[in-house]
Amino acid sequence: MFWLAPFLLFQLQQPLDIPDKNPHTTAADIEQGKRLYMGRCAGCHGPSGDGGKGANLAVPTLPRAAADRSLYRIIRYGIPDTEMPGSLMDAKELWQTAAFVHSLGQVPSAPITGNAQAGAQVFKSKGACLNCHALGNEGGRIGPSLSGIGARRGAAHLKAKIVNPAADVPDQFRLVQLTTKAGKTMRGIRLNEDTYSIQLRDFSGNPQSFWKADITQLTEEKKTNMPAYQGKLTDTELNDLVAFLANEKGAQ
Amino acid sequence: MRLALLLLSLPLLAQVTHQRLLNAEKEPGNWLTYSGNFSGHRFSPLKQITDQNVAKLTPAWVYQSNSLQKFETTPLVVDGVMYISEAPSHVTALDTRTGRVIWRYRRTLPDDVRVCCGQVNRGVAILGDLVYVGTVDAHLVALDSKTGAVRWDVTVADNKTGHSITVAPLAVKDKIIIGIAGGEYGIRGFLDAYDAKTGKLAWRFWTVPAAGEPEAKTWAGESYKRGSAATWVTGAYDPDTNLLYWGTGNPGPDWNGEVRAGDNLYSDCLIALDLDTGKLKWHFQFTPHDVHDWDATEVPVLINAEFRGQPRKLLLFPNRNAFYYVLDRVTGQFLLGKPYAKQTWAKGLDDSGRPIRLPGTFPTVEGTRVWPSVAGANNWYSPSYSPDTKHLYVATRESGAVYYFGNAEYKAGEQFNGGGFRSIPGEEEWGAIRAFKPTTGEVAWEYKLFTPPYSGVLSTAGNLVFGATAEGQMIALNATTGKLLWRFQGGGTVRSNPMSYQSDGKQYVAMTLGNSLYVFHLQP
Ligand code: HEC
Ligand code: HEC
Repeated sequence: MFWLAPFLLFQLQQPLDIPDKNPHTTAADIEQGKRLYMGRCAGCHGPSGDGGKGANLAVPTLPRAAADRSLYRIIRYGIPDTEMPGSLMDAKELWQTAAFVHSLGQVPSAPITGNAQAGAQVFKSKGACLNCHALGNEGGRIGPSLSGIGARRGAAHLKAKIVNPAADVPDQFRLVQLTTKAGKTMRGIRLNEDTYSIQLRDFSGNPQSFWKADITQLTEEKKTNMPAYQGKLTDTELNDLVAFLANEKGAQ
Repeated sequence: MRLALLLLSLPLLAQVTHQRLLNAEKEPGNWLTYSGNFSGHRFSPLKQITDQNVAKLTPAWVYQSNSLQKFETTPLVVDGVMYISEAPSHVTALDTRTGRVIWRYRRTLPDDVRVCCGQVNRGVAILGDLVYVGTVDAHLVALDSKTGAVRWDVTVADNKTGHSITVAPLAVKDKIIIGIAGGEYGIRGFLDAYDAKTGKLAWRFWTVPAAGEPEAKTWAGESYKRGSAATWVTGAYDPDTNLLYWGTGNPGPDWNGEVRAGDNLYSDCLIALDLDTGKLKWHFQFTPHDVHDWDATEVPVLINAEFRGQPRKLLLFPNRNAFYYVLDRVTGQFLLGKPYAKQTWAKGLDDSGRPIRLPGTFPTVEGTRVWPSVAGANNWYSPSYSPDTKHLYVATRESGAVYYFGNAEYKAGEQFNGGGFRSIPGEEEWGAIRAFKPTTGEVAWEYKLFTPPYSGVLSTAGNLVFGATAEGQMIALNATTGKLLWRFQGGGTVRSNPMSYQSDGKQYVAMTLGNSLYVFHLQP
C-alpha cells in the first residue's frame, strides 16, 4: 500500500524485553496516552475509539490484544499487511498509549441496538449489498470483500459508510474512466498504477490493464460508486444491518 | 620471453593503485570507486550504448540475492571481476560477462543487530589486492580480492550501542575512509581513516564535540553526549586540495529538539577534512538545529566551473531539506542556495546560507504537516554530473509528512527518536528526475515519476541518464532533453544506484532492481 512506504525507511527493531504488565498506568500516564492517541490514532480509530475506519478499540477485551504485551506489540509494530501502521514512540509512550486504549474499553460504548439476524436479510435482499460485495463464498467483485469487516472497522464508521459513502472514500480509491487510441472507452475501479501503466476492475468484475501510452484520455475521480442508503433503509433496517456487519468477524 | 612478460604483467594490472583511482576516467571499462570517480560524478565515459540504440537494451544476466533486505549496492568492476555487497554484510565476486560467482564472503552476525533502517550495505571499496566492506555489526573487513579470504577485521565501534556500518568505504591514497551509522541511537558520530594495508586506525574525526570544546556550546547542557551526526553515505575527495568532503547526519534525538537547544554542530553539515591528518579545514551546516531528520548525507558533487564570471572550484549539494546548495570547496563559502522541491519549513536562506525558518513547523504531539517528508527531497542515493551536457541530474521526491514530537529518554542500544512521523493522509506524492544547470540551480528539464523515487542516477557519454522508479522500472532518458528512450520492469522497488562497465569490448549497465542485480547490454 502506498501510504506504508515511509515506514519502510525505519525498521522497527525486534523487542528487547517487554514486561507482561503495563508499567505506566497512572492517571497522568493515561492523560499523556490520550494526547498521543489523539495525535496518532484518532484519525483512524476515532476520538473515543469506536467510530473510526480502524478497528473498534472501545471494547472490554481486544480480540488481538487481550494481554498488555500484545497491545504493546501491535502499537509498536502495527499489523503487517493491513492499514494498521507501526509507531516510533519510545517504550514509555507506547505503554501510556496502551493505557489509554485500555481505558477506552472500560467506558461502555454506544451499544449496538440492532438485530444481526434481521440485518443479514437486509444485507441480502433490500440492500442488495451482494451485487457489489463478497461475503464468504458469495457476492460480487466491485466493492471490497466484507468478510471480517467487523474486526477491521467500528460500528459507527460502518453506519456512516452505509448512510453516506461519499463522506469517507479511502485515500487510494479511484474511479477511472479512460479512452484508448483504438477508441475504446472503459470505466472501472483502479487496482494499481505506475508511471507507465494502470490496472483496473471493470464493472463486470474483470481485471483490465492498459499502457498509459495507449490511452488518449484518463480521468480519475476520488469518489465512490457505492450508492448512499440515506432514506432508502428505515432506521431499524439500518441498525440491524450495522449489527450484522459489526458481528461479521470473518473466519477465525 | 613475450609470454613471460605477459604473465608477469597480468597480476600487476589487477592491482588497484591510488594512481588508477585518481585517473578512473582513463579506464572507463572499470568502475573503481563508489561514485565512479573521486568527484562524486557517477558519470560513465562509455558510449557504445547511446540515445540512438538504447531502445535495444536487454538483460545480459541477473544475479538474485538470497536476502530479502533492501539491495542497495553499487557494484565495483575491476578487470573482468565485479564486486558487490549484499545484505546484511556479505560480499560476492562475479564474472562480469556470465554473472557466475567467483567467490563469496559470508559474515556471521549476532542475532540482535541494532540498525535503524534495514540490514543493508551500499558497496565495497578496492585498493591494492584488497576489497573492503563495512558491516552492520560495525566492523571494517579487508578481503583478498582474488579469494575473498579475510586478511584483517577491525572493530570500528560497538553495535550494542547502536553503531553500525552500511556505507561503502572510500579508498584514497593509503587509507580506507569509513563512516558510521546510528543516528537513531544517540551515538557520538565520527569519520574514520584506517591504514589500507594493516587496518590500523590512522585518525578519527568526531562529528560531535567533547566536553569543553567550543562546539559543545551549540548543544544545551550535556546533550552533545547523544549528538549522533552519523556519516553513513560515501563522500568525495579532491587531490588538489587534499580534502575529503563528507556529509553528516541528523542530530539526536531526531524530532525532539527541546532537549538539545542550539545549532548542534556538526550535525547536518558538509565537513572538509585534510586526508592525511583528519583535521577539519571548514564546515558548512545546512540545517542548524534540525528537528525533521534531514541528514545531510547526500553525495557531494565536485566540479570546476565559472561561477558569476569567476572560474571556481565548486561543491554541489542537493540536500534532503529540499534546498540546492553551491559551495566554494576550497573555503567552504556559501555561493548559492534555493529550493528545488516543495518545502514549507523555511522562508529562504540568508546571505550566509542559513535557513530563515517559518514558525509552526516544529514537530508537535498532535502532529505538524511539513514538506519535504522525512525521506526528504533527495536522500542517500546518488545524483550525477555529466561533463558533456554540464547538467546535474537529481532524482527528486515531492512529498510531505506529519511530524510528531515525543519523549527523548536515552537508553543505550535503543532507538532515541523523540517522536515519529507518518505520511499525510490523502497526499498525492510524486517524483521527478530533474536536470539542473549546476551554477544557477535552474531546471533544464524534468521527467515526471508517478511516485517518489528511492534510487539514484547515472549519466553516460552516450547522452543518456539511467535511473529507476519506486514502482520497479529502470529507465533511460535522453541526457539533453529528458525524453524517455527505454524502460524495463524489474519487479521490485528500486533502492540503489546504476553504474556502467565494459567487458570483452562490450558495454554493460548494471543496477539492483528489487532483490536482484540486473546487468543489461545491447541485444546481440
Ligand atoms: C491509518 C489508520 C490507522 C492508524 C493511524 C492507527 N490504526 Fe490501529 N488499526 C487500523 C486498522 C484498519 C486496524 C484493523 C486492521 C485489520 O485487521 O485489518 C487497526 C487495528 C488496531 C488494533 C487491533 C485491535 C484488535 O482487533 O484487537 C489496535 C489495538 C490498534 N489498531 C491500535 C492503534 C493505536 C493505539 C494507534 C495509534 C498509535 C493506531 N491503532 C493507529 C488503522 C489504524
Ligand atoms: C454499486 C456497488 C455497491 C453497492 C450496491 C454497495 N457497495 Fe459498499 N462499496 C462499494 C465500493 C466500490 C466500495 C469501496 C469504495 C468506498 O469505500 O467507498 C464500497 C465500500 C463499502 C464499505 C467499506 C469497506 C471497508 O473496507 O471499509 C462498506 C462497509 C460497505 N461498502 C458496505 C455496503 C453495504 C452494507 C451495502 C449494502 C447496503 C453496500 N456496501 C452496497 C460498492 C457498493
